[in-house]
Amino acid sequence: MEAAVFILALVDCCALIFLSVYFIITLSDLECDYINARACCSKLNKWVIPEMVGQCLSTMLMLVSMHWFIFLLNLPVAAWNFYRHIKVPMGNTGVFDPTEIHNRGQLKSHMKEAMIKLGYHLLCFFIYLYSMILALIND
Amino acid sequence: MWASGREDRAMSAPGFTNLNSSSSSSQDSTPNGGAAPLYQNGPAQTYPYMHTPSGYYGAPPQQQSYPTIPAHSTPAPNKAPIMNRSHSANYYQNNQQHPLPQHHVASSAYSAPPSSAPPSQPYTTLHYSAPPPSNAQFNQQSFQQQNPPYATPGSYCGQQSYHTPPAQHSQQQQQQPSLVPAPAGGPGAPLYPIVSYPSAPRSSHYGTLSSYQSASTLGVLPTQTGAPLHQYSTPRSASTQPGHSVAPSSQPTVNGSTAAQAIVPRHYDQSHQASLSYDSYSGASHSSGGADADRPPSGTPSASVHSSPGHHQEFEKGACHLTFIVCYLFPPHPPPPPPPPDGYVANSGASSGSVTASGPAAAPSSSSSDDDDDEEEDEEAGGDTSSSTTGSASPVLNSFDSLEGGSFPDSLPPSSDMTNQAQPYSSYSYPSMQPAYQQRPSSHTESSPSHNQYGQPGYQQYSQPFPSLSQLSAALGGLSGVPELEVEALRPVNLLQERNLLPPRPLEAPEPNLSPDLKKVNCSPQTFRCTLSSIPQTQALLNKARLPLGLLLHPFRDLQQLPVITSNTIVRCRSCRTYINPFITFLDQRRWKCNLCYRVNDVPDEFMYNPVTRSYGEPHKRPEVQNATVEFIASSDYMLRPPQPAVYLFVLDVSHNAVEAGYLKFFCESLLENLDKLPGDTRTRVGFLTFDNTIHFYNLQEGLSQPQMLVVSDIDDVFIPSHDSLMVNLKESKELVQDLLTSLPTMFSQNRETHSALGPALQAAFKLMSPTGGRVTVFQTQLPSLGAGMLQSREDPNQRSSTKGVQHLGPATDFYKKLALDCSGQQIGVDLFLLSSQYADLASLACISKYSAGSIFYYPSFHYIHNPAQLEKFQKDLERYLTRKIGFEAVMRIRCTKGLSIHTFHGNFFVRSTDLLSLANVNPDSAFAVQMSIEDSLADTSLACFQAALLYTSSKGKRRIRVHTLCLPVVNQLSDVYAGADVQAITCLLANMAIDRSISSSLSDARDALVNAVVDLVTAYKSSVSNLQQSGLVVPAALRLFPLYILALLKQKALRTGTSTRLDERVFAMCEFKTQPLQQLMRIVHPDLYRLDNMSEQGALHLNNTVVPQPPLLHLSAERLSRDGAFLMDCGDAFYLWIGKCCNEMFIRDVLGCPSYASVPPNMSHIPELETPLSERVRAFFDWLQDNRAFSSTIHVVKDDASAKATFFQNLVEDRSESASSYSEFLQHVQLQVSK
Repeated sequence: MEAAVFILALVDCCALIFLSVYFIITLSDLECDYINARACCSKLNKWVIPEMVGQCLSTMLMLVSMHWFIFLLNLPVAAWNFYRHIKVPMGNTGVFDPTEIHNRGQLKSHMKEAMIKLGYHLLCFFIYLYSMILALIND
Repeated sequence: MWASGREDRAMSAPGFTNLNSSSSSSQDSTPNGGAAPLYQNGPAQTYPYMHTPSGYYGAPPQQQSYPTIPAHSTPAPNKAPIMNRSHSANYYQNNQQHPLPQHHVASSAYSAPPSSAPPSQPYTTLHYSAPPPSNAQFNQQSFQQQNPPYATPGSYCGQQSYHTPPAQHSQQQQQQPSLVPAPAGGPGAPLYPIVSYPSAPRSSHYGTLSSYQSASTLGVLPTQTGAPLHQYSTPRSASTQPGHSVAPSSQPTVNGSTAAQAIVPRHYDQSHQASLSYDSYSGASHSSGGADADRPPSGTPSASVHSSPGHHQEFEKGACHLTFIVCYLFPPHPPPPPPPPDGYVANSGASSGSVTASGPAAAPSSSSSDDDDDEEEDEEAGGDTSSSTTGSASPVLNSFDSLEGGSFPDSLPPSSDMTNQAQPYSSYSYPSMQPAYQQRPSSHTESSPSHNQYGQPGYQQYSQPFPSLSQLSAALGGLSGVPELEVEALRPVNLLQERNLLPPRPLEAPEPNLSPDLKKVNCSPQTFRCTLSSIPQTQALLNKARLPLGLLLHPFRDLQQLPVITSNTIVRCRSCRTYINPFITFLDQRRWKCNLCYRVNDVPDEFMYNPVTRSYGEPHKRPEVQNATVEFIASSDYMLRPPQPAVYLFVLDVSHNAVEAGYLKFFCESLLENLDKLPGDTRTRVGFLTFDNTIHFYNLQEGLSQPQMLVVSDIDDVFIPSHDSLMVNLKESKELVQDLLTSLPTMFSQNRETHSALGPALQAAFKLMSPTGGRVTVFQTQLPSLGAGMLQSREDPNQRSSTKGVQHLGPATDFYKKLALDCSGQQIGVDLFLLSSQYADLASLACISKYSAGSIFYYPSFHYIHNPAQLEKFQKDLERYLTRKIGFEAVMRIRCTKGLSIHTFHGNFFVRSTDLLSLANVNPDSAFAVQMSIEDSLADTSLACFQAALLYTSSKGKRRIRVHTLCLPVVNQLSDVYAGADVQAITCLLANMAIDRSISSSLSDARDALVNAVVDLVTAYKSSVSNLQQSGLVVPAALRLFPLYILALLKQKALRTGTSTRLDERVFAMCEFKTQPLQQLMRIVHPDLYRLDNMSEQGALHLNNTVVPQPPLLHLSAERLSRDGAFLMDCGDAFYLWIGKCCNEMFIRDVLGCPSYASVPPNMSHIPELETPLSERVRAFFDWLQDNRAFSSTIHVVKDDASAKATFFQNLVEDRSESASSYSEFLQHVQLQVSK
């Protein structure tokens, strides 16, 4: 059972890692002017909710399986994703708004955020991996 | 290139070359060489000669081109440009070859007749003859034209401006000849010869102009003839002529110089003589002669250079910069001999620094940003033509310099004009120039032998361009007086003690502390302005200063003069794609170093040829390197598709509400009147669309007997009923359009439908326009209530005067933003006219214009009967709107020196990538602002440069690039940063930032941030710079108005709290902040107050026989008013003339035409044209103020007892209002904060 939870978390985490990488690549494309802001933002906005869902999923998994430490590790990130989504002004097209992404260093902060998330997900990945192996051994 | 040109014309090659320069006919060539003497005799003689035989001379460029290239002209734009080029080239040569001549040309532009001549006819000689007249006239007329052109070289521009009244500027481009069909531009490129000053498109102008010119100024023409001679003789020997015809690049040798020289001098003499005939002008001609004369003694080496500061100027662009500088500093008096004060050192340092900067800056950044989507590389490898006329030049220069130097001090004229405003380049310099010239001994003319000079000086310059510059600056240091200015700017001012802070005249932009030479070519502050005219070296220093760093741009504003360049190769840095500009360095003949990324680039062959001087190997004399503002005719490389035609769609609200407001009738009238003035060419298309709860299309296809209305009632899924007949060619369907416009107002007069389906109408407009792009003009009178994009009323009237912050400043839906982005992608700009008396949620609606680079107009409480003032404003705005210049499918890129980066943009546009703004439409009245940060230390450079390149399609279907380059010094001292602070620019940038803040955060946050800006500044200054132990609020003098401006900002509609402000008006004020150019914005924020009833002649301007009094500015406080006076408040978009209760009866009678105060009508909104001297003076002043803005302002006469006075008193920002503190209270508050 425990192993199944962690396998699921691992898969989820992999998806989130890929998503983070995708965010980074797309944002750096924008930075380098390979795509325009409009295309970039519509691409990214599509994945904001999946990312949120994925993060919530692993958080819930940990909560349900009562892994408190990992749950607490996940919680802030899930909360941040949720908060970010809620705080989008009505007139904006989403978390990534093509008209504002070049203003006030938003691009940079988005980039930074994606990087941090990547690091975090990698960390999680190894934690899950370790826990999974441990669980499998214990089984 | 020439060769190609020849082919086109099918002319004989040899003849052609000549043609290019002066005339197209082969005949010319021979006459030139031999005929020179003939010319000498008299202008009249030469004139006929030229005209008749070749036809080219006399005839304006058009003519020239026509005969030669009949076929070309019509079909392909290419050809047209060619013709132009040749002309332009010639003209150019004129300008640049002889620095003096350039000036003259420019000046000539001012004077009507001469101006026409220069552009049309490139011939060098023009300069001589032309300039003098121009100068003379200049004094009188220059001001009339309002803005002095700052770019001297663009004579052709001058012409245009000259011909067209300022208001009509917008049309300049529009008037471009039909000859040039848009599409050709791309392909034509290869064909084009080198640089044509006069842009091809304007050839038509030329033609007309030339006709004038020829008739009016005979003298000019002869000189012109001489000029061509010069040209070819000088750079290339007579033998080389064939070479000319070939390609400039290919031209191998400058060898001919000697022979050419011999010939040349004669010409000069001739020209001189011709000029001499004009008594007044003789001076100028002499000067030019002098230059020639100098050459013989040429042996003098570099030392002479030092001695003569003036030489550069003269050489390159003519004296203008000299005079220019001088004027600024010491307007009324001739400059004292330059005693370099301490401050001077700083100057020289700066200049030298600038020189060196390029060197050390070194490392070419390999980081290549691949370029703008639209702008693609021109593939040019400069093949090296080994030929360089290296030899003898230097000596000549020196001698020349020395001469000039001697004359220099005298040159400063005490011209009253100088006191005038801003543009240093333009008017000021001219008058001053002349005197200098005149002083020179006429004897100079005699020494003819040195044609080489032109080429030679160039050599020197580029071999050692900067040193000479620095030397110059050193020599001029005393004159420039910058140190004094700086000292003054840094003088600590205790705000609590000094109460009279306002300068007598409206504030000018601070002069960057640059070497005079760079200053001369720097971009006009009206176009390009930086908040800190001295850029701090590091971000740390910037942070210490607590001032925002940013640029304010007005890139497409109407210009009086603009050099237009047609060239195969638009020379740009290979790595950062910067356009070549005056601030680059030539390392040697073949290489130049980019001033933004420091990469070393090759000079393409084509660029080595200087069409102005007709010489090879003088890249530094090219117009691109002589002007900070230039316009290129772009080749097909700069197009993603063929240039679009001008397309206008009008989307009109015809619901019951709109009918009630009654705008439709006035719109139709205005459009009918201006139908012919709509910018465009034969391809111009228009369409109409009306909507209430349904959408009505109008079939205007040619051949119909009357317009056909098609109603689409399915607003959920809008479709276009007919695809090709809704947007129709204006020319072909003009009668139908007129029919429609006359019948529209009555058609809906009985409409009872109250709903408004704006969203679907916009979608329909988008679909209609997406194949072409263009401009959509939307008139809306209420909240959209149907279909997509419908909005709810969000305003709570009870919250209008709340002090707690304001809700709903942002859009309620992203529908309009998304649509705007779609529009922007299809090159559709949407302009919004909102004429509503009710809340219409402008915050949401404005998005449609904000992101499609449109403009927004708002007329609160518009009603055609009840609100005549709004109606008048609407009509005036509409006229300007319909006739102003427009650019389509534009992009603007802002580049800056490595180390600086842009982090926020303000204005109406869509930011497509980090530094690329996508502007579906660009209009001359909108401005932009950007905030910058310093990412890397600028320690290894002493100059920071900014370049804004605007690529657009003119209404004539020409792809053009307008490039502005601004150069500023880099400093490492905090005091220098403060000394260079531009308080107006800072205020405007802060206003933009505050608007952003209030939308993204909250209004009170934004207000706090503004107050904190003042507090921070005072704190920073106190702790770092001022070592005085003074108590109180001490700020540097340069920023003494800062707290006042911030207070004024806080009292603006956009940012005020506590005073009842309707949400829409607030949002509109915010939009205005984002898009208004700086001057206009400052008038809105801090209106100018003058006392009118006792205006004296003191300091008055004399413009074209009218005297424009210049009353001093008054502080905006009721204590400055008096009951016995009449005061004018200039609020940018409106004038308020306040009449005191005990106002002088004479003033009321003579100016207002009323017998007494009591009989002044309460809603008077005009100044009657009375014949009294007082009235004339007042009206002259009004007109003068009016001339300085794009949209004409309405005049409100406010009586002291009228209810209308509330608006007037609201603008007295230094006084306490019901909810805001007075200036002194504000200062105390700031002091409290500081001492905390």
